Amino acid sequence: MNFFDTVIPYLLSGISVGGQYALIAIGYTMVYGILRLINFAHGDVFMVSGLVMIYLAASTPLYVAIPVTIIVTVALGFTIERVAYKPLRTAPRMSLMISAIGVSYLIQNLALYITGGLNKNYPEIPWISDKISIFGTTTTRVTLITPFLTLALVLILVWLINHTKIGMAMRAVSKDFETSQLMGIKINNVISATFVIGSFLASIGSILYFTNYPGLVPTSGSMPGLKAFVAAVFGGIGSIPGAVIGAFIIGICESLIKGLDTILVSQGIIADPVGFATFSDAFTFVLLIIILVFKPTGLFGEKQTDKV
Amino acid sequence: MKKTKQNYTALIAVLIFMSVIFVLDQLIKPTDSLGMLLTVLQKGSVYALAAVSMNLLNGFTGLFSLGHAGFMLIGAYTYAIFTIPSVERDNVYQYFDAAIRFSFPETFSQALGPFGTVLGVAVAVILAGLIATLFAYLIGLPVLKLKSDYLAIATLGFAEIIRAIFQWEKLGPITNGSNLLKSFVRTSTMQLTIGSVTLSFSTFVPVLIAVICITIIVLLVNSTYGRAFKAVRDDEVAAEAMGINLAHTKQLSFCISSFFAGIAGAMMAMVLSIAQASNFKVSMTYEILLMVVLGGIGSITGSVIGALLFIFASEWWLRGLDSGTFLGINAPNVFRNGFRLVVFSVIIMIVVLFFSKGIMGDRELPDLIRSWKKNGGPFRKKNRENLHNVLDSAQDESEDHSGRRAKS
Repeated sequence: MNFFDTVIPYLLSGISVGGQYALIAIGYTMVYGILRLINFAHGDVFMVSGLVMIYLAASTPLYVAIPVTIIVTVALGFTIERVAYKPLRTAPRMSLMISAIGVSYLIQNLALYITGGLNKNYPEIPWISDKISIFGTTTTRVTLITPFLTLALVLILVWLINHTKIGMAMRAVSKDFETSQLMGIKINNVISATFVIGSFLASIGSILYFTNYPGLVPTSGSMPGLKAFVAAVFGGIGSIPGAVIGAFIIGICESLIKGLDTILVSQGIIADPVGFATFSDAFTFVLLIIILVFKPTGLFGEKQTDKV
Repeated sequence: MKKTKQNYTALIAVLIFMSVIFVLDQLIKPTDSLGMLLTVLQKGSVYALAAVSMNLLNGFTGLFSLGHAGFMLIGAYTYAIFTIPSVERDNVYQYFDAAIRFSFPETFSQALGPFGTVLGVAVAVILAGLIATLFAYLIGLPVLKLKSDYLAIATLGFAEIIRAIFQWEKLGPITNGSNLLKSFVRTSTMQLTIGSVTLSFSTFVPVLIAVICITIIVLLVNSTYGRAFKAVRDDEVAAEAMGINLAHTKQLSFCISSFFAGIAGAMMAMVLSIAQASNFKVSMTYEILLMVVLGGIGSITGSVIGALLFIFASEWWLRGLDSGTFLGINAPNVFRNGFRLVVFSVIIMIVVLFFSKGIMGDRELPDLIRSWKKNGGPFRKKNRENLHNVLDSAQDESEDHSGRRAKS
């Protein structure tokens, strides 16, 4: 079989997953840039968005369900910041990270309680879940839309950050927390805005991501969340283009590793499947450790100097 | 002189505690209504050791690591692989041809009789710790150079990599792939029959291992090594200036913590009777971390209390929340499966947000009792003020050292 015919389906799904990770990764990288916090709950916000969509789509038409899902997700992100992170603004950073882990634990348990731990089927969204044929392989339309939608959203976001007042405030706060406070920036508003943007993108990502998967369980969010964070670190934490590129690299690698057995066998390089697919999740972390050891600031990260 | 007296008091307390456990083990049958007590004591001792070993790293050395579940997995698998009786091997490794065909308890018992079985289990448990240490050493070489958040995410990543390796089909002859390991020596079968009397050790053994390991950790924390760990936590630069080898100290703490995490993993396999890689997820690390926080970061007795409270509450006291009736209120629609964990995680969040010092702060139980003795009971006004002062000053200190990193 032709090499490209074997590789292209994996490459396509990799680009699509990469775009979805990118939308989550932006939430991580922006929050880290400003609060220096790994928001462990972000992956769970992503999961909740999927869950809300499932419950809404069961009772309302899609043109209501999708906007309401996005609003609920944004409200959740905002509330988490106000309730769990704002009171700890002056506390040591470790407390903040523990609080994030606690929120993640709470959300997962709450989702477990509401769903009863059962696998929930994600609603089929017409048009974007349709099957289409491209380069001789069949895929869903969402696979093709995702990268373009992601890039469009990222361009809007970059414009927002570079050319609006709130964007300028975000850049100031992420450069220096205390000084920007002294300059009259209301940091609480800026931080809330960051969480709102992050949750908004996560909820778009969730609609695109779960459409391709048969179901959703309360822990569905944690692995994509971690991978998106790795993508953010890979690209250089705090840098939005970095997060997007990192996410695409991780998505494509992951997808290719899932198909590596099939590809190698079809090319006659190995005779039997070796079971590389087991490592598709782990590979993300291998990539993380390699980048942390050789270039701790990531691909596009700013150099940080530690003062004594 | 005073120190020896304290040591004796502690020794006697431990002896009394162990005899109580031993008696409970004989009196309560697992099928009794109180049988739950034994189950939670067994699980509690596993998590107590896991929490203390994590506290050694996170609380005493200030290295925020989230790789605990990975090291526990290594421990659980090592223990399980080396204690499966040869008769059961083919039964356990259904889809693979088992590569390791001997078990320590069996080999030793052929030579030494019943004592050999005990020795074999002990060797397997220690080996579990050692293999976890080996992995920790290798992982520590690149990872420990990283700072706070990066260290957390890198160790978390390694735990996931370890989990993937253990589930790999190609390693099936050793790890049984993604299938579970069972039939190895477990606590529920730890009995000794002398004449007509059958003595049960199913709770005694895990509690004993936990007590021994935690005692070693306490001794370590109070030694020069322990002081070096604390120095590194409080100020790396100052510690280095005082002649502490940073890389060496961090690596030592990481290895020791992983050694005991490995032993906790072995105990976990022993108590649950199965070992399966898919159980050792990131969420397990999170749970252990929350136990440490509940008890107070930097307090060993705090971690033990935190872990026991966590297990007792989530496995036993709050069980009614899942099954319809709690405290006499019958509301099956609200109190259904999973509600227990929701209530529980809300409690945890309250502790994290409003009582960030946890139950014990960074003090130990004996210190607390001593200060009560001096001032006449825990609820005297003066004592409470004292407590507040201690907490406030601790807060100030921790802000100085680990507050927001000044950005350049």
